[in-house]
Amino acid sequence: MLLNPSILALLVVSATVLLLIALASIFALRVIRHWDIHSGSELQLQLERRTYLISTLVAYCFLAELVALLLFIYNAEQMSSQFVGAMCATGVLNINAYGWPVLYLKIGLFFAGAAWLTLNRVDNQAFDYPLVRVKYALLLSLLPLVAAEFALLLAFFLNMDPDVITSCCGSLFTPEGKGVAAEISGIAPADALALLGASALLVTGAGLHHLRSGRGALLFAGSNLAALLIALIAIVSCIALYIYEHPHHHCPFCILKGGHGFMGYYLYIPLFLATALALGSGIIAPFRNRPSLAGIIPAVSRRHTLGALASLLIFYLVAGYAILRSNLSMLTVWW
Amino acid sequence: MKTIELHQVCKTFNQYQPNEFHAIRDIDLRIEPRQATVLKGPSGSGKTTLLAMIGCLSRPTSGRITLGGETLSGLPERFMTEVRRRTFGFIFQQFNLIRGLTVSENVMLPAYPLGLPRERLGRKTAELLARFDLAPKAQLKVEFLSGGEAQRTAICRALINDPEILIADEPTANLDTRLSAEFMQLAHGLVAEGRTILMTSHDPEVFDSPMIDRVVAIRDGRLEP
Amino acid sequence: MSSALRKQRYLLDYTLSSLARRPGKNLGLLLVYTLIVFMLASVMLFTHALRSEAVAILQESPEIIVQRLVAGRHDLIPAHYLRKMGHIRGVLERKGRLWGYFFDPAVKANYTLMVPDEAQPAADEIEIGATIAATRGVGLGDIISLRSADNRPFSFRVSGILDADSQLVSADLILLSEATFRDFFAIPEGLYTDLVLRVRNPRELRTIAEKLILLLPDTRPILRDEVLRTYDAIFSWRQGIVFVLMAGAVLAFVIFAWDKASGLSGEERKEIGVLKALGWETADVIRMKFWEGAVVSLLAFLLGYLLAYAHVFYTSAALFEPVLKGWAVLYPEFAPIPYIDLLQIATLFIFTVFPYTVATIIPIWRAAITDPDLVMR
Repeated sequence: MLLNPSILALLVVSATVLLLIALASIFALRVIRHWDIHSGSELQLQLERRTYLISTLVAYCFLAELVALLLFIYNAEQMSSQFVGAMCATGVLNINAYGWPVLYLKIGLFFAGAAWLTLNRVDNQAFDYPLVRVKYALLLSLLPLVAAEFALLLAFFLNMDPDVITSCCGSLFTPEGKGVAAEISGIAPADALALLGASALLVTGAGLHHLRSGRGALLFAGSNLAALLIALIAIVSCIALYIYEHPHHHCPFCILKGGHGFMGYYLYIPLFLATALALGSGIIAPFRNRPSLAGIIPAVSRRHTLGALASLLIFYLVAGYAILRSNLSMLTVWW
Repeated sequence: MKTIELHQVCKTFNQYQPNEFHAIRDIDLRIEPRQATVLKGPSGSGKTTLLAMIGCLSRPTSGRITLGGETLSGLPERFMTEVRRRTFGFIFQQFNLIRGLTVSENVMLPAYPLGLPRERLGRKTAELLARFDLAPKAQLKVEFLSGGEAQRTAICRALINDPEILIADEPTANLDTRLSAEFMQLAHGLVAEGRTILMTSHDPEVFDSPMIDRVVAIRDGRLEP
Repeated sequence: MSSALRKQRYLLDYTLSSLARRPGKNLGLLLVYTLIVFMLASVMLFTHALRSEAVAILQESPEIIVQRLVAGRHDLIPAHYLRKMGHIRGVLERKGRLWGYFFDPAVKANYTLMVPDEAQPAADEIEIGATIAATRGVGLGDIISLRSADNRPFSFRVSGILDADSQLVSADLILLSEATFRDFFAIPEGLYTDLVLRVRNPRELRTIAEKLILLLPDTRPILRDEVLRTYDAIFSWRQGIVFVLMAGAVLAFVIFAWDKASGLSGEERKEIGVLKALGWETADVIRMKFWEGAVVSLLAFLLGYLLAYAHVFYTSAALFEPVLKGWAVLYPEFAPIPYIDLLQIATLFIFTVFPYTVATIIPIWRAAITDPDLVMR
């Protein structure tokens, strides 16, 4: 299995990112230990210049991880033909205990990376590097996550046994089954839609409140995270059904296929973008009272909030379109 | 208009190493706005090092430099760059034009990081080139310019962001007598517009010129009384 | 357009002119880069095309093939096994097949002889693959004679030349009637090469296979899906092997890129010093260099991929032909069906652009932190 080129590519990216983040962490440690903004010494100048390298390394790693996340899902999709019982990515992720944790960790890293880059950007705009220690401490905390991701990814690909009969979306995402996936699939579409609507109202309200008053960025970030989770639940329990035009097909991956007009991408990309922006806005909020950041954070936060709200709007519109366009009428099935 | 002040400025190269070298020692200096000031001294006297520190190209090892009361010397490099871009225009000894680029492209270089609209930047460039009689050469590659033209291109480039203070390092070192005189005329015109000019020179044509308001002599990293 | 965007455009402009000013240095890099992309892309496209071809062939084949084993070796299967297995739920159709291989000493090649399901040729006629026709130099109506298993000469009139979509199978194929086949290979009535079963619902395949093993213990059922899976695994495994072999080349390329990026000439270093003195920030220089890498990468990737595409699909991978010709004398004129696969492009991207980018980060940074007062020294 390991010799599949796409798997090699994923491992190469993950290992390289681990290496680069480890490198950045070593520099970060030096900065945390020796940073003195008021010093004109050579060491301080060197440290300042190192910050450029760290920013660049992390930004590149983030981009690489983003591509790797897409490749990971796409690869799982394609590998489904190699396992008995797998018909889409769900089946491949189920092949052993590591599949889903890798996916969750990759998504987590995406958000963590986006948040860190926002913090970094804000800090770089202030004249006295006010958050330099905070951001590098946070960077150090990313290192174990990146290492865990590499280890899990390796375990996932090493433990792929083609003789195992895996269960795919058909059995995982059914209301009759057990576990979280089944629970989510079991939620009545009407309830899911109501929940989706409520979360949309909550997050829009929080966003507008933040735009108007400049406060409540954390609330907005939190409600955006909630909106993301609820949207994912709604996709599994309801929106997917309309896209497949099939009242029992709950899979969150099959909607990425060409056969369904790549609908999944139009749903997931704005949704994840919105959450990444909102989290960025949330992570910088606690520092808005630092004197050198007072003029910068509100502007950045505002831009992020506007972007997040616009992305969410696109998501809700696409979801609405998917439901309205569908030939599936659920009235007779559940309501 | 902002005054530049130096308090106890020192610059040490290779600090704490066997080849430690004190280029500038304890300089206190005040440079008045709207004047042409010359730092005079033999080569190796530290005048260029001092000029680089005033122009935010390097930081003093100790001491303080202020511009209009604001301390520059403690700023991180990133913001020194910002200050440099907005406040200073530079004319280097060898002009340091970038070969392979045209006259107008060279003039626009300092403005790129500001992201001005293209038409506005183009208009500004054309005006400057016209003012310094370079309009016909605008699309010529800089390696085909004469010495005087290259000098004037360097001046245009120093002026593109409309700086308050012009910094010139040995501006006449590569020019003959006639062109040196022409440069002094141009410099005089710029001071008359309200700009501050600070230059280094060991050329009597420069520091004995009536167009210079003040001459500061440096030797071995210290001011001469 | 915001000023940040305009700034990027200025930086990109500068990058382009800077690339154009140093054609020698950049052309060398572009050439090596393109070559790396071309090699990897050719391998990927070609192995993938081979796999698709194999999969396409298998699509036509029956869901289950039952072979009889005697002492662990494939043997002829008696026709009464069809009755013995009886009616199994889910099986639409079952029948025996006759096929085999024949070595033709005249051209030193192996043919596949097969009895078609329908439209069997007349007793003394055969239909042959286009490649056989070409190597034996025969056309429609000509006579081919072959010596049978017990050394009797058989003469056949060529009644048709197969030009199927897929050259890969039909190239060495000979179709003949059942009676002639049995006579030629001396296979008595009531024996078949293997049995085939058609099944409608793929979910029932495993159950049916299990029943077959119970009913006919001396046989082995071969599931088409199983074969497809093996093919899938084998082809991506092969590709992986080639990639591992090519890792050396990629590594050499990475070192080359690192060296190119860090080996700045005095003039280039001075240029960066001038830009910084004029008010370019370290991050601006990094971005400018990033654009440079992006332009070179994009160009090399596009060029390399297009060349590989042309190589595989228009010249039928002419560079690989000498290697592949080994596996059969009757090498078919294999014309793969063009396709573009996103996963493949992304993988290729990670094997080429990603290493290049990583290799240049530190050299770019080193160049960007050039002291701005360098120009005054």
